Amino acid sequence: MGKVKRSPWLLHYDASSCNGCDIEVLACMTPVYDVERFGVVNTADPMQADILLVTGGVNSQSAEVVKQLYDQMARPKVVVAVGICACTGGVFKDCYNINGGVDTVIPVDVYVPGCAARPESIIDGVVKAVQIFQERSDAHDKYVKEHGESERDLSDPDAAAREGNPADFFDAITKTSEGSRDKEAEKK
Amino acid sequence: MRIAMIILYLVLAPLLGGLLDGLDRRISARMQRRVGPPVLQPFYDVQKLFAKQRIVVTNSQTFLMITYLVLMVFTGCMFYSGADMLMCFFVLSTAGIFLYFAAVVTDSPYSYIGGQRELFQEMCCEPAVLLTGVGFYLLEDTFETAKIVQADRSAIVALPGFFAAFLFILTIKMRKSPFDESTSHHPHQELVKGVTTELGASNLALFQITEWYENILMLSVIALFIINKSPWSIPAAILVVLAAYFLEILIDNTSARMKSGKMLELSWAVTIAAAGVNLLILILVR
Amino acid sequence: MWWSIPFLIIFPMCIGALLYCIHVQKIRKGIAYIATPAIMAATIDLVVTYFRNGGSPVDLYVDVPVASHFITAGEIVLMIYVTIKCILAKKYWISVLSIVPTVMIVNMEAHLGELGGAHIRLDHLSLLMCLIVAFVGGLITIYAMGYMDGYHQHHTEVPERRHFFFMVVYVFIGAMFGFVLSSDLVWIDFFWETTSVCSFMLIGYTKTDEAVTNSFRALWMNLLGGTALAFGIVYFETSTGLSTLQGLVTASQQGGRAGAVAVMLMAFAALTKAAQLPFSTWLIGAMVAPTPSSALLHSATMVKAGIYILFRLAPAMAGTATGYFIAGIGGFTFFMTSIIAIGQVDAKKVLAYSTISNLGLMVACAGIGRPETIWAGVFLMMFHAISKSLMFQDVGATENCLHSRNLEDMHGLLYRLPKLAVFMFIGIAGMYLAPFGMLISKWSALRASVDSKNVMVILFIVFGSATTSFYWSKWLGKILSRTMHNDQVKDITKNNEMFSLTVHAVAMVALCALFPLVSATYVHPLLNETFGVYKDVLSSNILNMLVVLILVVFLVPFMAYASSKRLHTNMKLSYMNGINLGNDNTFTDSFGEPKKLHMANDYFTEKIGRHALMVPCQLAVTAVIVVMFCIVLGGVA
Repeated sequence: MGKVKRSPWLLHYDASSCNGCDIEVLACMTPVYDVERFGVVNTADPMQADILLVTGGVNSQSAEVVKQLYDQMARPKVVVAVGICACTGGVFKDCYNINGGVDTVIPVDVYVPGCAARPESIIDGVVKAVQIFQERSDAHDKYVKEHGESERDLSDPDAAAREGNPADFFDAITKTSEGSRDKEAEKK
Repeated sequence: MRIAMIILYLVLAPLLGGLLDGLDRRISARMQRRVGPPVLQPFYDVQKLFAKQRIVVTNSQTFLMITYLVLMVFTGCMFYSGADMLMCFFVLSTAGIFLYFAAVVTDSPYSYIGGQRELFQEMCCEPAVLLTGVGFYLLEDTFETAKIVQADRSAIVALPGFFAAFLFILTIKMRKSPFDESTSHHPHQELVKGVTTELGASNLALFQITEWYENILMLSVIALFIINKSPWSIPAAILVVLAAYFLEILIDNTSARMKSGKMLELSWAVTIAAAGVNLLILILVR
Repeated sequence: MWWSIPFLIIFPMCIGALLYCIHVQKIRKGIAYIATPAIMAATIDLVVTYFRNGGSPVDLYVDVPVASHFITAGEIVLMIYVTIKCILAKKYWISVLSIVPTVMIVNMEAHLGELGGAHIRLDHLSLLMCLIVAFVGGLITIYAMGYMDGYHQHHTEVPERRHFFFMVVYVFIGAMFGFVLSSDLVWIDFFWETTSVCSFMLIGYTKTDEAVTNSFRALWMNLLGGTALAFGIVYFETSTGLSTLQGLVTASQQGGRAGAVAVMLMAFAALTKAAQLPFSTWLIGAMVAPTPSSALLHSATMVKAGIYILFRLAPAMAGTATGYFIAGIGGFTFFMTSIIAIGQVDAKKVLAYSTISNLGLMVACAGIGRPETIWAGVFLMMFHAISKSLMFQDVGATENCLHSRNLEDMHGLLYRLPKLAVFMFIGIAGMYLAPFGMLISKWSALRASVDSKNVMVILFIVFGSATTSFYWSKWLGKILSRTMHNDQVKDITKNNEMFSLTVHAVAMVALCALFPLVSATYVHPLLNETFGVYKDVLSSNILNMLVVLILVVFLVPFMAYASSKRLHTNMKLSYMNGINLGNDNTFTDSFGEPKKLHMANDYFTEKIGRHALMVPCQLAVTAVIVVMFCIVLGGVA
């Protein structure tokens, strides 16, 4: 369905970066580079983002966060590792406190090298990511056409656990509290 | 005639709203010495949002957002069918409640606080909005927009204070800085995306479209201040609306966000000082 | 033919006396289950008889000296009771407020004798009040039968005096019937004082220090109103020789000082009864009483007595200085107390302030005194009676389940106590959302206040309606918020409580749907009687739109739900910067430990709490009332 590549929205996450790459990512938004020309919006909200930009290597604290942010993004989604630390761990690669690049936690589609990565190469990376985004979107459309629904997320481990919860409005109304208690008891 | 107006509103409002939104982004970019996105960018965004996988935090969000959209569209239809304006504003605030519900039903910290602020914003706007209706009634002896547009003179001549108050709260209604408390069009704010934080993909698209309908409705009220029975008033109204919109963009780009308490004080003070005083004078004169 | 009138007044009082003697709860319940339907049936019979006789006002009991003697005796008994109570509590000065008016009234009776004129008058307005008292009040008594059991289970520290409680409740209902059906001013005064004393007894039920203090506050405020009422009555009767309320209204419409002064004094009395500023504190204090009595005082009866008398006086107040002041005070109360309500965390307190606020709107409507505003006021009264009674009972039942009536504890109530939450939703929605009648009434009130060119009231309504929707929406959001807390609460609501709640909720929705019909068949004749002119308040345009509106607002959410139900969605965790621990209510804190998330509303307590606003408001309104007295008594107007 149409060209999604005209509207790639970014989510930028700093896994453990020294802020060098972060500054350059933000530089892309400034008047000098102005990526909004391509419809890019820096959203800060994974629910609304299409492309995840990660800067810095992943450590034990940020690994879970990166995973969760990636999970929260709706498909199709693309991951860009910005800067050498995010690509491989960089000079911190063998440090005891660094797991390595972003690809140790989530699948990475585009690697943007550099220390710090230059805005031009970041834009290049994003443009590549946008193409991948379009391809995935086409594949997703095809899937929806064939199956009548979008792909189920297998990556969300809690979805199944939460399904029985009376989190839905009308479910709660139609269900008496008696009933939901029984369900709770059954689960246990 | 009425049905034609409703259909026109249904079809044109999202188009115009989206277009204005695109122009907004473009002009904002130019004010910041950037090139900015294409004018049709908002449509690309919405198209993309619909193409994505449907995600929710809780299933109720979807139907609440649909209700929000439908009620907002219904309000606009009421307005364009020439119906009672005050009633229209009451339904408008009921529609707004559904956005608040959609935000708090997730129980997520950012959207919950965003929802609270959304309510607060509603409270700041409502007096001025209702008073606008009162002003028209005082002048034309009717709340019905169909009759108001048939007036001999433009309402703004007698209602400058009401116009000023409405223009002031328009900033709040459009969620523009300095009053973009509940959600912001700009990235990086303390509440992430405020009320819309947990809205992704198609739900966010619904929000966007609703915002277009709402903006057009609000701008139509601005136009109502100008329009009279002379056909020449229509281009004049369009000019005023565009000027008002430009003013909003300018304010948006030149002001920092205000605290919510300050917003309440200011908006109510302006409502009293402008609309209230105008009301008093009008009643004394008549 | 009119057997039901004495029946409605005397029967509840007899039942009250009977219940006082019975200490077995089962027998009490049996009696209540028979008595309450009997009262309702008698009311229906009254309505049927009234409409069979042409549906026009009926004046009855012109010459009933025996009954009048009973009334006089009753006044004296009340006076003695109050005086003893005051002396025991060492609050001697309050007894003055009871002794002075009673002595004056009795003295006047002795000198003037029977003046003639009907003692009972039946018309649409009094019938409406009867219906509200019989049905809303009756359902509350049924609810109370269940509620008080649970109450005494939880509050073991409160002495068991249920026999006393039920007695007062039934006497109260009888007195309300007497009040709304009476036309004779002395009778009105007697029933007025009776309700004051009953509310005093109900508030003091728990006998805690707080309850006693609050009950005496309620007593002196209401007696102050009663004193003003008595002054007005005595002044009017001695100077004109008329003894009926209708006579009073006609006399003051024709001009003349006696009428104007009496109307002002009675309107002042109504302000105290309707808990308007500066007398609002007694109603807030009444919250210490068990829930059924709060419901009874707030919704159905007590406070409506003040509104009722104002509606009666409305034609006499229209366009006068008194009317202007009363409308201003009502509007001011509507606005200010709705602001105070924003700052309340206690559900019952929110209800209390919103009651005062809504009554303020009704008072403003009465003060303006045009047919449109009375139309709006009557509908406000109907909706308010049902919805407030529903809300009070619901909050009471919720409190019995949650052991708290803190709004914050109602987080996600919809998923924990679904039934009660749905009733609460209906009750709140009825108070302010679009298709419900409250809003239409507001619409009409606003239009009429523009017509009457009352700038102050316009501004108060406009601002007050913004603040009103703020606190109600906040509450609704709290109920709806999804909760992942696993503390399922047992719904221990008793069947009789549930029955009462269901009837209220159904009535609420039905009234909303039948709104235009009720307007045409009942409220228009009512206005006709009051003003003698028929004016169609709702144009057909508005009516058509209302029908569409009701359909849209009811149908859209359901259709949207039905259509979204089939959609396949992917559940995501809520956004907490990536540190959501997987169940949406815990996150990792800065020490790497799990931390529970709790979302709370903002109540702005330090800025707009009761203490910051109440006293200045009371002072301001007191000053306004003094000015009103000066102007009217000084004869400027």
